[in-house]
Amino acid sequence: MSNARKPRETVASWRYLLVLAAFACLPVVLLWRAVDLQLVNNEFLQLQGDSRHLRTMVIPAHRGMITDRHGKPLAISTPVDSIWAHPGNLLAADSRLAELAGALEMESTGLRTRLERRADREFVYLRRHIPPDAAARVLELGVPGVSTQREYRRYYPAGEVAGHLLGFTNVDDVGLEGLELAYETWLRGRPGAKRVLRDRLGRIVSDVEQIREPGPGRDLKLSIDRRLQYVAYRELKRAVQAHGARAGSLVLLDAANGEILAMANQPSFNPNARQRTGTAERRNRAVTDSFEPGSTIKPFTVAAALESGLFSRDSELDTRPGTMRVGNHTVRDLRDYGRIDVATIISKSSNVGAAQLALELPDDAIWRLLGRLGMGRVTGAGFPGETGGSLAADPPRSAIERATLSFGYGLASTPLQLTNAYAALANDGLLRPISFLRLDEAPEGERVMQPATARAVRRMLEEAVAEGGTAQLAAVPGYRVAGKTGTTRKAVAGGYADDRHVTWFAGMAPASNPRLVMAVMVDEPKGGLHYGGQVAAPVFSEVMSAALRLLNIAPDAEDSSRGLTAMGAQTP
Amino acid sequence: MSDVATANRLTFMQRHLHLDGQLLTALALLAGVGLIVLFSASNQSFGDLQRQMIRLAVAFAVMLALAQVGPETLRRWTPWVFLAGLVMLILVLLVGVSGKGAQRWLDLGLFRFQPAEIMKLALPMMLAWYLSRQPLPPKLLQVLFCLVLVAIPTALIVVQPDLGTSLLVCASGLFVLFLAGLRWRLMLSALALLASTAPVFWFFLMHDYQKARILTLFDPSRDPLGSGYHIIQSTIAIGSGGVFGKGWLNGTQSQLDFLPERNTDFIFAVFSEEFGLVGVLQLLALYLFIIARGLYIATQAQDTFCRLLAGSLALTFFVYVFVNVGMVSGLLPVVGLPLPMISYGGTSMVTIMAAFGILMSIHTHRKLWAS
Repeated sequence: MSNARKPRETVASWRYLLVLAAFACLPVVLLWRAVDLQLVNNEFLQLQGDSRHLRTMVIPAHRGMITDRHGKPLAISTPVDSIWAHPGNLLAADSRLAELAGALEMESTGLRTRLERRADREFVYLRRHIPPDAAARVLELGVPGVSTQREYRRYYPAGEVAGHLLGFTNVDDVGLEGLELAYETWLRGRPGAKRVLRDRLGRIVSDVEQIREPGPGRDLKLSIDRRLQYVAYRELKRAVQAHGARAGSLVLLDAANGEILAMANQPSFNPNARQRTGTAERRNRAVTDSFEPGSTIKPFTVAAALESGLFSRDSELDTRPGTMRVGNHTVRDLRDYGRIDVATIISKSSNVGAAQLALELPDDAIWRLLGRLGMGRVTGAGFPGETGGSLAADPPRSAIERATLSFGYGLASTPLQLTNAYAALANDGLLRPISFLRLDEAPEGERVMQPATARAVRRMLEEAVAEGGTAQLAAVPGYRVAGKTGTTRKAVAGGYADDRHVTWFAGMAPASNPRLVMAVMVDEPKGGLHYGGQVAAPVFSEVMSAALRLLNIAPDAEDSSRGLTAMGAQTP
Repeated sequence: MSDVATANRLTFMQRHLHLDGQLLTALALLAGVGLIVLFSASNQSFGDLQRQMIRLAVAFAVMLALAQVGPETLRRWTPWVFLAGLVMLILVLLVGVSGKGAQRWLDLGLFRFQPAEIMKLALPMMLAWYLSRQPLPPKLLQVLFCLVLVAIPTALIVVQPDLGTSLLVCASGLFVLFLAGLRWRLMLSALALLASTAPVFWFFLMHDYQKARILTLFDPSRDPLGSGYHIIQSTIAIGSGGVFGKGWLNGTQSQLDFLPERNTDFIFAVFSEEFGLVGVLQLLALYLFIIARGLYIATQAQDTFCRLLAGSLALTFFVYVFVNVGMVSGLLPVVGLPLPMISYGGTSMVTIMAAFGILMSIHTHRKLWAS
């Protein structure tokens, strides 16, 4: 064997050198790679890793509650869970799809197409807003790729009664309509944020840190009185249904400080289940829709006349023969009222009388007063979508324009604007800003007419409600009521329709010292009755009488004993 | 020559148990590291840990047993072992059990068995046996015969398909040929031939998934959710470990399930993420020590069969480590090779430890001249 050793060693020598060289070089390659990855590119790859498993999650904030003036809830956010999934991971667990669909109360095939359509995404909602215990049951199935997310859902205890007023939020709890939208920044909380560790399937493994604490939204206390809102809604709905009317609105205002106590509309919708409602149901017509206010404007015509000093309560006017030529047009009364005083213009609602006043007054007197009362501009209450109605930009020049303006044509007003204008009469001539929020003290008012004028017009408005007036159905037993009816034919293409009316009633009580002001509008009542005194005035009476009682306002009728017996007689 | 005699004096352990103390210590250390990493890589499963420990025990037992078998006995068995291996490889193709898209296993009732593993030992043994009977360096005809011996089992494993193992088997055979004294001219022309036939491989012989793996190597982002996914995730895991690592059980890529195959082929990425560059250096040092010891044993071997076999086994282990680490760190295309002694799984571990058993046997059965 020893003779074979020598050549073997020489053969081996350079070969072993080569092996040694490889043995030295190849590990250096590996080492270089390790240094390259772990030292040179460490920061970049660290970032890449973080972007795969670190996520910033939004912690939803609790939206503020909306309450009525006494703290009764009108809109509350309740915690709910939404089920979401990673489509790819869920589709991979194909066999469990049917089981999952069952737990979600969904169609299995529908679920599959929904997932397949979004197969390239990482996130798809399966069901939103289900009760937390139901969500827990779905999670317990342990289907891969399925997770839950805590969210808040808005609930409106008053349902359709306050639907228009409050509006609603979308599925992400962001205000879309109504006061929810108007006070979005106030109500909305500040969503928090946290950093979480997610695994490959998107499941949150642990919370790493809280970046920002969620800040709950603030509560909002409205001026609305929920009890009055219920009554207003109920009576308006009853009237609209009874008369087969197209729509209706009602605004109840606190005369003392301009707070809105109730605001109701028909048709309505339930904000808790608004999937199948259209915009017609969702519109808060009391602020978004304006109509010609008709005879409800006459008190302001009379006020302008009194302010001018040219007329007094007892000034006589000759309205015979119940018609009057103004230029090429004819102004008509319902019948010939003969020689009447100014007060009777209101109580009988004489168009001819009002027109005569208008033509005697300076061109811009009525127009100027209506403008000061807020006609033609938004109230500034801040309700989304509010319209300011319309009032000509310049004072009317032609006689017929001045005449028609005096009995409420040629301008348009929302029920809210009209209520506010009447509030000025109730406040001895002070016009206050309107508020949807409860106020601690009455805001500054703006004087729009002399106190004596306002009081005089109020007296005349009482006569309209009294026996022989047009608005007897607006009376409230035990209380003095002041108010005015209005009935307008609707403007259609080419003139005014004979068979489509808007009926109004605007008034206040107790007339001796008005506390509550209300306007009722019923749009297109069908059937025989179409006068404001027949359609709108009874709604006023019902709501006002309930409101006066609920607010413990003392009766002021001179013979309140008679009023009480009358009320007692009505009750059964 | 007395110095050499002193250096070669057998220790107590070598003489009586036929074990090499240094190699054994290093292997035990490696196994210990493996268990620690595996625990982290398998979601802290004590069940997996237990199973791996049983496999380790079996593997060490096989090593101990083979160390007792003298090289002469081994040499006598060699042709029969090789023949049995070939027969089993053919059986796999006929009656093998399929799994993961490949037919690699024989079901022996008690356990499944992968005949390709046997070839990792049987082929270098066979070539060493053959070449040790020829005058060296080998003539062209003998070289060709050897190449046929290499090609048959390699081809049988390629068609299973099992690219990783066929690569190792082929390499183990070629190493024997190389160590036996292949001429430079022959090697260079072989390399040239290989390079010229590469397109043939690419267009006719390689599977689409294999091509994709190679393309992915150059640009992992060309298919980030498919073939590039493994590499992207594992380079991120390794790189984000930084110098000191994220700490045991704290690797985000590994623990949050982003890293695929993390307790088997890609376990090196878990190790790198959690123990950092410092850990990688130590682990590579441990592997290099084991390989160095194996090569040292080869140089000390006293006959051609032993030396060729020992050298080939040590170099094959080197390839094992290099290919796995290279593929996990994105230097080499993804071939299914575990990280020896650390990846979860039994078959390859038993084969590796058997190889070390043979190395120890070669080292401890030396005849010493100086007493």
